[in-house]
Amino acid sequence: MSAALQNLVNQPYKHGFVTNIESDIAPKGLNEDIIRLISSKKNEPEWLLAFRLDAYRRWLNMVEPAWQNVKYPKIDFQAISYYSAPKPKKKLASMDEVDPELLRTFEKLGVPMHERAALAGVAVDVIFDSVSVATTYKEKLAEVGIIFCSISEAVQLYPELIKQYLGTVVPPGDNYYAALNSAVFTDGSFCFIPKGVKCPMDLSTYFRINTEESGQFERTLIIAEEGASVSYLEGCTAPRFDTNQLHAAVVELIALDDADIKYSTVQNWYAGDENGVGGIYNFVTKRGLAKGRNSRISWTQVETGSAITWKYPSCILRGENSVGEFYSVAVTNHHQQADTGTKMIHIGANTRSTIVSKGISAGQSNSSYRGLVRITPAARNARNYSQCDSMLIGNQCGAHTFPYIQVQNNSAQVEHEASTSRIGEDQLFYFSQRGIGAEEAVSMIINGFCKEVFQQLPLEFAVEATKLLSFKLEGSVG
Amino acid sequence: MINVNSKTLLEVRDLHATVGGAEILKGVDLTVKSGEIHAIMGLNGSGKSTLAKVLAGHPSYEVTRGTLLFDGHDLSALAPEDRARAGVFLAFQYPVEIPGVANNQFLRLAYNTVRGQRGEEELDPLEFDDFVREKMKLLKMNPDFLDRSVNEGFSGGEKKRNEILQMALLEPRLALLDETDSGLDIDALRIVANGVNQLSNKDNALILVTHYQRLLDYIVPDYVHVMEAGRIIRTSGKELALALEKHGYDWIHADDQMTEARP
Repeated sequence: MSAALQNLVNQPYKHGFVTNIESDIAPKGLNEDIIRLISSKKNEPEWLLAFRLDAYRRWLNMVEPAWQNVKYPKIDFQAISYYSAPKPKKKLASMDEVDPELLRTFEKLGVPMHERAALAGVAVDVIFDSVSVATTYKEKLAEVGIIFCSISEAVQLYPELIKQYLGTVVPPGDNYYAALNSAVFTDGSFCFIPKGVKCPMDLSTYFRINTEESGQFERTLIIAEEGASVSYLEGCTAPRFDTNQLHAAVVELIALDDADIKYSTVQNWYAGDENGVGGIYNFVTKRGLAKGRNSRISWTQVETGSAITWKYPSCILRGENSVGEFYSVAVTNHHQQADTGTKMIHIGANTRSTIVSKGISAGQSNSSYRGLVRITPAARNARNYSQCDSMLIGNQCGAHTFPYIQVQNNSAQVEHEASTSRIGEDQLFYFSQRGIGAEEAVSMIINGFCKEVFQQLPLEFAVEATKLLSFKLEGSVG
Repeated sequence: MINVNSKTLLEVRDLHATVGGAEILKGVDLTVKSGEIHAIMGLNGSGKSTLAKVLAGHPSYEVTRGTLLFDGHDLSALAPEDRARAGVFLAFQYPVEIPGVANNQFLRLAYNTVRGQRGEEELDPLEFDDFVREKMKLLKMNPDFLDRSVNEGFSGGEKKRNEILQMALLEPRLALLDETDSGLDIDALRIVANGVNQLSNKDNALILVTHYQRLLDYIVPDYVHVMEAGRIIRTSGKELALALEKHGYDWIHADDQMTEARP
């Protein structure tokens, strides 16, 4: 790998600072008492505590999975603090009363917490460690009947909706980390778009892990009723620590008849240093249920951070004519590992799914695409198109593709395409001979490679993602 | 054209260069003045393509001895992109494919980089589009090629035309054409050669690296150099190319009386 490429990928992480703020932190360790503590701190109804305890008991009997193509030391679940909240000085009446230290933190991160300074037309819910600290544009959204708030608030204000939908797409015993999340989740976003409403602005959640020994276990639930539509964005950062933090989130999406949910993520958790020390373990379960006829669920993700990314945003296509989409760019550098992809489960007739996955590996990193396309016996005329492309920068990284295709209805059409390419010295020399330096050349090649995915992102995010990628790969060329 | 008053653009003295530890250039001397067209001929492995790559600054090649002056400045101290910005252009023998990067985007970035270097304002995409389409007419190129990825799926002829189009856009002071004629049919050769001739003027210079005399029917050189084993062993006027074509490279050694012209 030439020096120019190397310099390109090796830029420092910008969001690695720690906010000095007094926090209310639960003692380390996990047991029923801790779960009761979380539940009582959040003043939860009895049924939710029962939900948590049920999940916890299931989790105790589960075995940590080992099939993924990533390596990490065994996690000591007793060494993690499961609740950390910035101590409010007093009860907040408005955004202006948010701790200025917090406001400064998010200002530094470029997250707009003041509505007047906000990005045009984006409502934001801000999650700091275990709790939501602010949600903007709530009133404006309420005018059209949209509920957008933290999940803790939703538990208090709309318990019936939460009870009806929570855990219906990702059940508490779904998998090891989903069970853990169900037991200890502390906050997250809740979003409800009523029948026939097209959400007038993009909704967004910004996640920030601040405390060194806390985990973040957030829970997001989005429901789009008949004919409703919403575009939802998620961004994440964390400070730079030499230890690893666990982030085990669960996201559930539910789309009823003719509803449309578009969920976009730009994930930039701290990835560890160039020797692979520190960084976030991002073990996340994201799943959407296209429950109604003609419903659509679309996942777009740009995964650049985390020491380990392990997630498969999936679609269960139950409604007739429902559509599932997955567009992904996963970038790994240094010693990062990513095992990511999707599952498209076709149940309804005439269901369609599209998978476009772009993996970029640099340094000594490893990136795997793992995807399942299952056409169940009832899914007449189902169609899937999958495309998995990998790009290697340098010669010490790896790219792997694990496609699983299960077809149980012979009217299905399933296509899978895959390619692997490399940014070579000759390409870079060609650019430089035309006056274009390595940095710009790599950014141009990468953006070209990721074009189909970036086109799916909302504009603000697309710009952000493009910048992030160039930044991320700075120094990898050489 | 040869003009005693013209300025020396390139001065190569005792140039030695290696790739992967093997010495390929073993003492090249060459002087090129503005307005001149030089042809470098020689058998495969004689070092002619290496000379072009070393001049352009290919990172795999290392200059181990000698000097390399461009417009009086030490070229070997410059990164390849800085050489390009200073006006050194290499038309590649095998232009690389760059999937996903649209040709118009690539051409515009290259063009604006060079303009920036000259202190000129950048062209926006619309202005550039008009400008590039005009240049493409010179090479009888199909406009749809602007939307395709750089060189991806191009025929050999299209790739070579794309190289000359870039030369037309960047207006280099020194253009190195590395076997631009190989892989071209006779019609394409004529179009490319015609394009190159129109770009040639008293302020710039061309070095053509070629195996065959047929390119030189269309682009008439002022000097023809013959390379062998990493050095220029013979320099003469255009008639040298014709003699080589007729007698083959061995003839040079048979005819050792022939006097050397200015190296």
